[in-house]
Amino acid sequence: MIKVVKKNEASALQANLLRIGSCLAALLAAAMLMSLLGYNPLVVYSEIFKGATGTLYRFQETVNKAIPLVILSLGISVSERMKFSNIGAEGQFYVGALAATFLAFNLPENIPAVVMLPLMMTAAVVAGGLWCLFPAMLKVRFGTSETLVTLMMNYIAIKWVSYLQYGPWKDPKAYGFPKMPKFTENEIIPKVLGIHAGWIIALVLVVLVYLLISKSKLGYEISVLGENEQTAKYVGMNTTKILLIAVLISGGLCGAAGMIQSSAIEKSLTDSMSGGLGFTAIITAWLARLSAPAILVVSFLFAMLLQGSSYLQTALQIPAAAAELLQGIILFFVLASEFFTQYKFVVKKSSKGKGAAV
Amino acid sequence: MEKEVFIKLENISKTFGPVKANRNINLELRKGEIHALLGENGSGKSTLMNILSGIYSPDGGSIMLDGKQVAFDSPKEAIEAGIGMVHQHFKLVDVLSAQENIIAGQCKGVFINKAKMTESILTICKKYGLTVNPNKKIYNMSVSEKQTVEIIKVLYRGAKVLILDEPTAVLTPQETRVLFEIMRNMKREGCAVVIITHKMNEVMEISDRVTVLRKGESIATIDTSSATPEQLTELMVGKAIDLDLERVQVDPALVKEVLKVENLTVLNGERREAVSNVSFTLSGGEILGVAGIADSGQKELCEAITGMMKIKSGKVVFKGENIVGLSPRDIIKRGVSLSFVPEDRLGMGLVAGMNIIDNVLLKSYQNMPGLFVDRKEGRKKAEEIVQRFDISTPGTNQIVKRLSGGNIQKVLLGREIDLEPELLITAYPVRGLDIGASYNIYDVLNQQKQKGVAVLFIGEDLDVLLGLCDRLMVMHNGKIMDIVDPKKITKDEVGMLMVGRRPEGGELYYD
Repeated sequence: MIKVVKKNEASALQANLLRIGSCLAALLAAAMLMSLLGYNPLVVYSEIFKGATGTLYRFQETVNKAIPLVILSLGISVSERMKFSNIGAEGQFYVGALAATFLAFNLPENIPAVVMLPLMMTAAVVAGGLWCLFPAMLKVRFGTSETLVTLMMNYIAIKWVSYLQYGPWKDPKAYGFPKMPKFTENEIIPKVLGIHAGWIIALVLVVLVYLLISKSKLGYEISVLGENEQTAKYVGMNTTKILLIAVLISGGLCGAAGMIQSSAIEKSLTDSMSGGLGFTAIITAWLARLSAPAILVVSFLFAMLLQGSSYLQTALQIPAAAAELLQGIILFFVLASEFFTQYKFVVKKSSKGKGAAV
Repeated sequence: MEKEVFIKLENISKTFGPVKANRNINLELRKGEIHALLGENGSGKSTLMNILSGIYSPDGGSIMLDGKQVAFDSPKEAIEAGIGMVHQHFKLVDVLSAQENIIAGQCKGVFINKAKMTESILTICKKYGLTVNPNKKIYNMSVSEKQTVEIIKVLYRGAKVLILDEPTAVLTPQETRVLFEIMRNMKREGCAVVIITHKMNEVMEISDRVTVLRKGESIATIDTSSATPEQLTELMVGKAIDLDLERVQVDPALVKEVLKVENLTVLNGERREAVSNVSFTLSGGEILGVAGIADSGQKELCEAITGMMKIKSGKVVFKGENIVGLSPRDIIKRGVSLSFVPEDRLGMGLVAGMNIIDNVLLKSYQNMPGLFVDRKEGRKKAEEIVQRFDISTPGTNQIVKRLSGGNIQKVLLGREIDLEPELLITAYPVRGLDIGASYNIYDVLNQQKQKGVAVLFIGEDLDVLLGLCDRLMVMHNGKIMDIVDPKKITKDEVGMLMVGRRPEGGELYYD
């Protein structure tokens, strides 16, 4: 008979080894599946790696995918620290992009980029922050579940963008295609070292969020509130104020990611531009255990997987679904490994034979 | 006449990670005896009984029942063999009635024959002298009624061995006496009763034999009639210990009114009056004790004074200033400090997942200049507190929840005292601590008193409250029953006040 037994809590090193081990186990399990499907797993893996980093262009594409993932994960990590589960990164991403696009379409074209881009960024941060503030206020006032409200507000944001794309903001010069006009040059984030400057923003934000959470008073308050609300109140923290500021930051970061994506990648606004990044970022934030430096690493690895898998489609004619399967398997193993940081299995002889000499 | 051996535990061992909770423990239970299991917190009493009742399985050793070896894989198997346990934290369904709780999981077939079941419950009650209304809902019951239901639940399942885990911790002296009577009835019926406790007077009063555990080992089993409390304490602690509490004298110049509470009324979360029209004063250099059964408004009183709970009416005057309506932070700044040790020990005042430094900083980080938390200063302060209060930890980076209970409480109390408050409110500071650690804490409270601090001490153990405090306030149902002189009142009289009855001719300071 197999029994689950609680063991000593694993040290940080053991836990990390366990996580790395579970990733390897996931690759192994996925390899078996691929063999069953008739592919050579070694070839598949090397193609994924090549697809993500093989040429300068592919590497740049990988970075392009990593940038929004990093910033969204940072945003999510701030609110998750406080145990406020923000499932609304996707929506905040879109309203951020929407606010930036609104300015882009309505301000005169002759505003220089050094003024225009910060304006768009500010609008995006404010919009994303407010989109996240609203569920937080409902929670404070009426005790609603932030998980549900942030989730539902995603769909409002996306449908709103769709409406504009198919309606009022449709480009009249697009021969009836439902798409918005392209941004003008002053509204597009310039490239630095061949990749749009969003990567600099992402790196700066990693440092800032690290300082915020690990060093600042506000970050300390956020962590205390997340761990124990009773204690936070007991030491005199204004828990409502801390909650609202933290969700503003969280939503603001997600909004910023939306602005960067629309300005640098899409150079416009579309209702499909996130491709579910706001949800993927929840996974990367948790895999990184909400630590800002780890988010950078995990997001990049995840971007490699995303980019490599899309290359796989063309290189080996493996359907995209197979790549998603691989992601799913990795996730399953890593999440399951958390269980083993606290528990272990022991095989025990059944003791049904009562009265027998042992 | 030697009674028949019923259960024999031999060389029982159980390890939890690095902790050896039980090491080769031997215990023998006889039919028709009350056997006390005496030991400090962490000595392995509860683990041993959880093994006997099938919740844990031992790593080594054997259990003999009537001379036959048995092994239980679940509490169900244990109860089928006649071994039942009443836990410290009751396991009852609040919205169901006593009867429904008792028969839960015991019905074979599709239909329930209620009348027959009521009858068999009442038969059991009659046999052992228990009183219960089978149709009363659990949420309408007092703690002692709930305990009765737990006991019947076990007896209904045919238990011949009843294990009671610290059953008197939640009872008044009067209720304890009723419980002891029930235990004696069970003994007369030939059952074996095990009582887990660390209260010496109860061991002496009720038990036939006593087994002392220390640090996971069984030290000795003796006939209670041939033992003295001093001897048992020494066996339990491992060294002789002075059990006398000292009521220290203070410099009269320090004694001046610090806190005055007038007609304080506080509503709890359900808008019920948790504290009703409470008035008292407290001076520097004085320890005012608060006695009362659980949930009599102690927590709400603490939270109201420290600004954590809204006050419906009344005044809280601290050094001449009415502090009602001030934020908790402002009240802390004026020199009021609260250290409340809740039942789970970590619920309020500490952050379990953070290290000692971050926990020490909780009340002082706000006064640091700039936007950032200065953890260097925090480390210095944490090291001071660790040294001053003799906290055993590998370092100040240690996560608080990995410390032992006593050390966790020292971190909390140490931080509060380090802030040099003028009013120190401390609730259940020795909850779950061993004798040595408890006496350390009483010493700390006495030191504070001598420094002129006003101490409001909410406690559980009446012996301690009576021995340590200068005055004792007894609460019942949110009201103050009386404020009495601990030198003049008896424990029984306090017990009566705790359940809302006033002893006749008692001296009243209040009303």
